[in-house]
Amino acid sequence: MSTTSTDHARSLLGTDFSETNLKAVLAGLPGVDAVGLEARAADLGTRSIKTSSKAWAIDKIISLIDLTTLEGADTPGKVHSLAAKGMLPDPANPATPRVAALCVYGDMVGHAVDALGALHGDPDAGLISIAAVATAFPSGRSSRAIKLADTRDAVLAGADEIDMVIDRGAFLSGKLGHVFEEIQAVKEACVRADGTSAHLKVILETGELNTYDNIRSASWLAMLAGGDFIKTSTGKVAPAATLPVTLLMLEAVRDWYQQTGLKVGVKPAGGIRTSKDAIKYLVTVSETVGEEWLTPHLFRFGASSLLNDVLLQRQKLSTGHYSGPDYVTID
Amino acid sequence: MSFLEYAPAPESTGLLNLREHYGHFIGGEFVEGSGESFASISPSTEKHIATFATGTDEDVNRAVVSARKAYDTVWSKLSGADRAKYLFRIARIIQERARELAVAETLDNGKPIKETRDADIPLAAAWFFYYAGWADKLDYAGMGANPRALGVAGQIIPWNFPLLMLSWKIAPALAAGNTVVLKPAETTPLTAMLFAEICQQADLPAGVVNIVTGAGATGRAIVEHPDINKIAFTGSTAVGRGIARTVAGTGKKLTLELGGKGANIVFDDAPIDQAVEGIISGIFFNQGQVCCAGSRLLVQENIHDEVVDRLKTRLGTLRLGDPLDKNTDIGAINSKVQLERITALVAKGEAEGGERWSAACEIPDKGFWFPPTLFTGVQTSNTVARDEIFGPVLSILTFRTPAEAIAKANNTPYGLSAGIWSDKGSRILAVADKLRAGVIWANTFNKFDPASPFGGYKESGFGREGGIQGLSAYLEGGVR
Repeated sequence: MSTTSTDHARSLLGTDFSETNLKAVLAGLPGVDAVGLEARAADLGTRSIKTSSKAWAIDKIISLIDLTTLEGADTPGKVHSLAAKGMLPDPANPATPRVAALCVYGDMVGHAVDALGALHGDPDAGLISIAAVATAFPSGRSSRAIKLADTRDAVLAGADEIDMVIDRGAFLSGKLGHVFEEIQAVKEACVRADGTSAHLKVILETGELNTYDNIRSASWLAMLAGGDFIKTSTGKVAPAATLPVTLLMLEAVRDWYQQTGLKVGVKPAGGIRTSKDAIKYLVTVSETVGEEWLTPHLFRFGASSLLNDVLLQRQKLSTGHYSGPDYVTID
Repeated sequence: MSFLEYAPAPESTGLLNLREHYGHFIGGEFVEGSGESFASISPSTEKHIATFATGTDEDVNRAVVSARKAYDTVWSKLSGADRAKYLFRIARIIQERARELAVAETLDNGKPIKETRDADIPLAAAWFFYYAGWADKLDYAGMGANPRALGVAGQIIPWNFPLLMLSWKIAPALAAGNTVVLKPAETTPLTAMLFAEICQQADLPAGVVNIVTGAGATGRAIVEHPDINKIAFTGSTAVGRGIARTVAGTGKKLTLELGGKGANIVFDDAPIDQAVEGIISGIFFNQGQVCCAGSRLLVQENIHDEVVDRLKTRLGTLRLGDPLDKNTDIGAINSKVQLERITALVAKGEAEGGERWSAACEIPDKGFWFPPTLFTGVQTSNTVARDEIFGPVLSILTFRTPAEAIAKANNTPYGLSAGIWSDKGSRILAVADKLRAGVIWANTFNKFDPASPFGGYKESGFGREGGIQGLSAYLEGGVR
């Protein structure tokens, strides 16, 4: 995918990736009307998902979660606990689907590999991937050499996916070429010795980009540079994921697909805590890019507390009554 | 199962407590009329809802006598602050009974519950709240100190927004100190009768609001009644013209809100995804049965294909079906007559060379339905570009320069609404300045607010509803 999308970026941009050329391409994107975008997102949020649709949605949400712990206080024990939760979300009901991936800091990847054991693998096969945040997450404020080393370390330790942050300072000061090159460089650092590559999620940190026009530009920049996923937030900045921002990024992904035939994933992260909210995202994905995007390689939720709320809803659907927080396990 | 085929989520009709038959509401009570009764059916299922009385000349006279008496003895004697109390009370009861009113409106009119729930009913309450606020501030309405009410107002409303149009008419009239005789449309009398119950519940003095049901003949009796001081009509241009003729020389004041063929102008620098949403809400809101619908899309030639492609894709996700289902986007056409009119005009559009495209949706067996439809390759001389269709049919034309867009937008006998889509503020203002339409939306469409005046140019009528202008239409010395 890396070569084809880069090739396509070349054909869209001409032969050079100069800043002038990038700016011209991004300036040609249509504007975003904030009021209209938010109204559309609110409208999608009014869909009423009941009975069989709700049951399907709940299982789908679980299978799209990147179960996350990104704390300074993370320990091997915490990662083992997280992995156990991801592998068996509801001990009372072993038929509950597994999450898509665990999302941890780079130095915890080895522990996640140990903890998952035989269940480490492709979520399409019902297994669990390991995603590592890298590139001086969450601020992205360090030298390129350190960011690339950070990435290579995580890949070497067994990460299947790298969640990088873009340099928002560079983006906001207009150094689009710098941001573009950095994404490309990280993409190259994702390549393993055997030639395969870890998937690259590009975190835009939309809460810091501030305007919808910026978010659309950054989405295109990340796709042009070869990102496999565009991701809203680190979870460390408020606001994190919102429905309008996710809708906007899905529209970018849809337009990119129409122009290039390439499917890029979207990951809203941070702030999605209830099944009710998560269902609004499923509706938004289905009605914007289509239902085929509801697969782990094209859509993820970056979340930690969401899983337990979804499990409570799942129990309610099967038993007919609500239990309580003591009937789901903490990780 | 596909997730997008959302499981049914119907709103329950269980909270409705309807009578089998409704008479007129005269002098604060439901009374039997002297005419025959007629039935109202649900346009989505063709099922019978209830029967209503056909208002005769005699019934209308009774209503006018009752309104005159209430005006002379009670309403004109009350202080503005006291009138406001009743209006605030009505507004609050509309909010309290919002769910019931939304279900009743959807049942009787055929529009989706999400529209009645999120637009019709909240706006109806907002209209009463807004004008309740004016009732004790008439001195500041710009007509000098202590402006006088007109007396008895005769009001005739259409079927497209039954309760909302009732509110547009009754709220300013009552705030200004008038009493009213109102006739709802014959296909949608249900919520007017529920409103009559609300008047009783609010303890509104008898005769201040009188509602007489029936069709054209009942309306004519109201227009021709000698003891009415003001006629307010919303409906078709043909009927409006007849009313103007009848009222001419009688001294009755008149406001007419008639048809439209709104132009929705999309420039090439428009926020395209939001413009597509706006085009859709402009013409498919309420199945296009909106007088201010953006039924003519004027799109800059260099983005025509892109806009049409995006529109078609988006229309593919609209859900047509049971209006009571909370996920329904497109409901039923209000009546068989209206469906036939839409069908005939669409056939004419095809015969004149327009290229028709309709969204592929399953049409239910029962009821009156028309799929969302686009016409491309439309010329300004085509019927679908000139006649008001009043249905979910969008005619797409192109332009090359702002001057051409303005000329084409104004090239219509109507002048009710227009929309402009552009990311450039200066262009929006420059174009809006030259459009001859009563309402112009920028980067949005079909948004209403009680503080904003609404009305037309040319064959779209005269007079304004909403805002201070809508209030002055019911005051002596006011603009009409």
